[in-house]
Amino acid sequence: MSMIIARQLLHRTGFACRSASINCRRFCTSQHIKMSRHTHSKRIEGLDKNVWVAFTSLAADPSVVNLGQGFPDIPPPSYIKQALAEAASVDKMNQYTRGFGHPSLVKALSQVYGTVCGRQIDPFKEILVTVGGYGSLFSCMQGLVEVGDEVIIIEPFFDCYVPMVRMAGAKPVLIPLRLKSGKKTITSADWYLDPDELSSKFNSKTKAIIINTPNNPIGKVFTRDELQMIADLCIKHDTLCFSDEVYEWLIYRGHEHIKIATLPGMWDRTITIGSAGKTFSVTGWKLGWSVGPEHLIKHLQTVMQNTLYTCATPLQEAVAQGLLRNFEMMGQPECYFTSLAEELEGKRNRMAAIVEDVGMTPVIPEGGYFMLVDVTSLNQDLSHVVGDDDEAYDYKFVKWMVKEKKLAAIPVTAFVGDESKKEFEKYIRLCFIKQDSTLAAAEEILKSWKKV
Amino acid sequence: MGLIRNLARSSTVIRQILIRNNHKIIMARQLHASRTDGVDKNVWVEFTQLAADYKAVNLGQGFPDFSPPKFIQEAFCKAVSGGPIMHQYTRAFGHPPLVRSLAKFFSRIVGHEIDPLEDILVTVGAYQALFCAFQALVNEGDEVIIVEPFFDCYQPMVKMAGGKAVYVPLRPKAASGAVLSSGDWVLSAEELASKFTPRTKAVVINTPNNPIGKVYKTEELQMIADLCIKHDALCISDEVYEWLTYDGAKHVKIASLPGMWERTITVGSAGKTFSATGWKVGWAISSGHIVKHMKTIHQNTVYHCATAAQEAVAQGFEREYEVFGSPESYFQQLPAMLQLKRNKLASCLESVGLQPIMPQGGYFITADISSVKVDYNDQSSVDEPNDFRFVKWLTKEKGLAAIPVSAFYSPEHSKEFDKYIRFCFVKVNEMQFMTLNLILIRFSFLFLIVLLYDSPSTQTLSFS
Repeated sequence: MSMIIARQLLHRTGFACRSASINCRRFCTSQHIKMSRHTHSKRIEGLDKNVWVAFTSLAADPSVVNLGQGFPDIPPPSYIKQALAEAASVDKMNQYTRGFGHPSLVKALSQVYGTVCGRQIDPFKEILVTVGGYGSLFSCMQGLVEVGDEVIIIEPFFDCYVPMVRMAGAKPVLIPLRLKSGKKTITSADWYLDPDELSSKFNSKTKAIIINTPNNPIGKVFTRDELQMIADLCIKHDTLCFSDEVYEWLIYRGHEHIKIATLPGMWDRTITIGSAGKTFSVTGWKLGWSVGPEHLIKHLQTVMQNTLYTCATPLQEAVAQGLLRNFEMMGQPECYFTSLAEELEGKRNRMAAIVEDVGMTPVIPEGGYFMLVDVTSLNQDLSHVVGDDDEAYDYKFVKWMVKEKKLAAIPVTAFVGDESKKEFEKYIRLCFIKQDSTLAAAEEILKSWKKV
Repeated sequence: MGLIRNLARSSTVIRQILIRNNHKIIMARQLHASRTDGVDKNVWVEFTQLAADYKAVNLGQGFPDFSPPKFIQEAFCKAVSGGPIMHQYTRAFGHPPLVRSLAKFFSRIVGHEIDPLEDILVTVGAYQALFCAFQALVNEGDEVIIVEPFFDCYQPMVKMAGGKAVYVPLRPKAASGAVLSSGDWVLSAEELASKFTPRTKAVVINTPNNPIGKVYKTEELQMIADLCIKHDALCISDEVYEWLTYDGAKHVKIASLPGMWERTITVGSAGKTFSATGWKVGWAISSGHIVKHMKTIHQNTVYHCATAAQEAVAQGFEREYEVFGSPESYFQQLPAMLQLKRNKLASCLESVGLQPIMPQGGYFITADISSVKVDYNDQSSVDEPNDFRFVKWLTKEKGLAAIPVSAFYSPEHSKEFDKYIRFCFVKVNEMQFMTLNLILIRFSFLFLIVLLYDSPSTQTLSFS
């Protein structure tokens, strides 16, 4: 369903038209095209549409204040850029390194996560470095998910989980986070998993459950009890757990990031995914990692050696330096893992205040750098917005907002399956890891909106 | 096979019992996905580890031991110290400056107006471009013709995509005398034609070839092209060493032949182009109707590639565009320098009884080890092919690492070719140590001290 919506969005923006006409021209001028056999492989059937391709082009207009796609417009720490420049000046660092992860990086990761998890982590057998957290997710799916398996995904989910599961020939089984009834939503903690409902999703075909904590887009930080509930089911049904923890350091006051892999019985069935991009505000470095037991990691390594073999060397060296530096300071205010969270908490609060001021209702996130905003109370009439009758409200709202208000966000139904659209279509997602000037520009727009 | 797999999956009797810290963990099912069956072994992992363990002079894995040219290192530094956007996500299918400079650069070479946004996909090295091609285009049961010897990843990638690899070897021409050049290794037109079936989806070629170094001539590519067109097959053309041709050999792009643009995926590599293998920037160039499917794979695998490295490579191509064909071009200077290294290594190998096959292009030289008789004391390798045993012995006993060439052959043909080993000559400093090891190989105890190189100080490479 979201594919149809995205396709129409593309059509409206003229994107699809443009590319279609180029292809048409080419077909007309080529001689012997018997294209009957040049169709794509079955594994990508229906996976071609992507919400980012659609919305990134919408927000590309420089006059639009972009609170959509999740990347910082604040600079990364200078020592990490410095470390990269230094690494690139060493001859060896411009050539291939160890396929499964640059030695200094896997050793640094082993130190950091060994401490955090309270266990010895073998840098060579229990860690794989990948192209972003994205690459780790892919390696998990390809390495461990079989055709015909089922994989449980909690809604709202980072949108790539579903196509990746489908590309592995498996079936995504969705379960939504639900809002505590009778409560006016104010924080991400008010969204919970119903234990009976979750339990009902497990069966003998369930290979894995994917969890994301802190969650994108809601910002929920799963509590120990909630993770224990999930863990109990994993152990009972003998399933794996892929835990996407890319925002692990971005936890706000009063909350604690818990690693499900540290719960009893879970290390041996969990892959934990992390990201240099989110950790050091360098999303453009595309480095991530999977941490887990050897008997699982080795299959991810097999995928790695047959897909891209190795990740970029100087970037890995620089991340290693950054990790070691912050490892020394872990728990202290100077540690980037702490200081970034503190900086973002201020931005979160500012964003929430701005949004409330306009009459919208924010869902205050416990972690991560996104905020859900309920636009219901604005009662915005979107009947004039060109689109399909069955296009979700949030898609229409975002399109209207980009065009009329020059402010970009992401519609939250992009992160849910068809059956849950009704529950989420009054929400849009804002990214607040932005410079003060960007937030100020957003504030201006929203203030003038209120006057209208 | 499928039946057994299904039985295994549904049966609760089959258990994998893992013992960890004396604690039994019982997994009642197969852990790994079947697509990873049979693709877990990897020659690089094995032999790189061996070279490291024995601290051998490593002429095995193919990467330079010198730095990338100054202009590209500067471009990288400039990108790194550029604004915040250099460190954040760029366009998923390729950083705009890079795809624009690639389109500009290669359009005039391929003779076709390349659309930067539709016809190019930037990937994490050429390796990922190959992966995207196979995943996007090969279905279960499709056949893919692979020309041997082949860069080893083609076979597991085809397998992982559910395809069936069909092999056709390059063979040395019936020689009146020793086979001296990679140009003497040819495809039989009849043999290649016989490999095409209605199930053939694609042919994979690599020119210049790794490991032999063959640079396919236009007539040879035309022969392959004719078959692709006749059988409506695709062509995946791995051209990572495209700038490294010697003795005046010309690199020809099969995509530039009539009728081939719309059915060829040409794979390139910044790592090999600019001697920066550790940057892992590559690309696939093809007609938009093919690239769009590779984009779907890419957006569901890694999605983006690193920004700063792409920016630097874009600057590199801009610079090369301006000086193309002139003596200042890195694409002139690098092959000129490497040709000398190739020649020196070839004479050194000859002097100790290893017969080199002179490569017309690429990073590698293969040598025939038949005339060297070694008494292996290694029981652990007794079941392995001869070249594997030889390389392990060479690494462990002589401190010199190479790669066995039968690793680049299918099981059905590897026996024919287990008398060749591969050396990488894109090395500066390593070479001088190598001579001291090579002199001990001949059992006739002839000591031939061949001084390959002067002292390191004369080895400075300066590319502007």
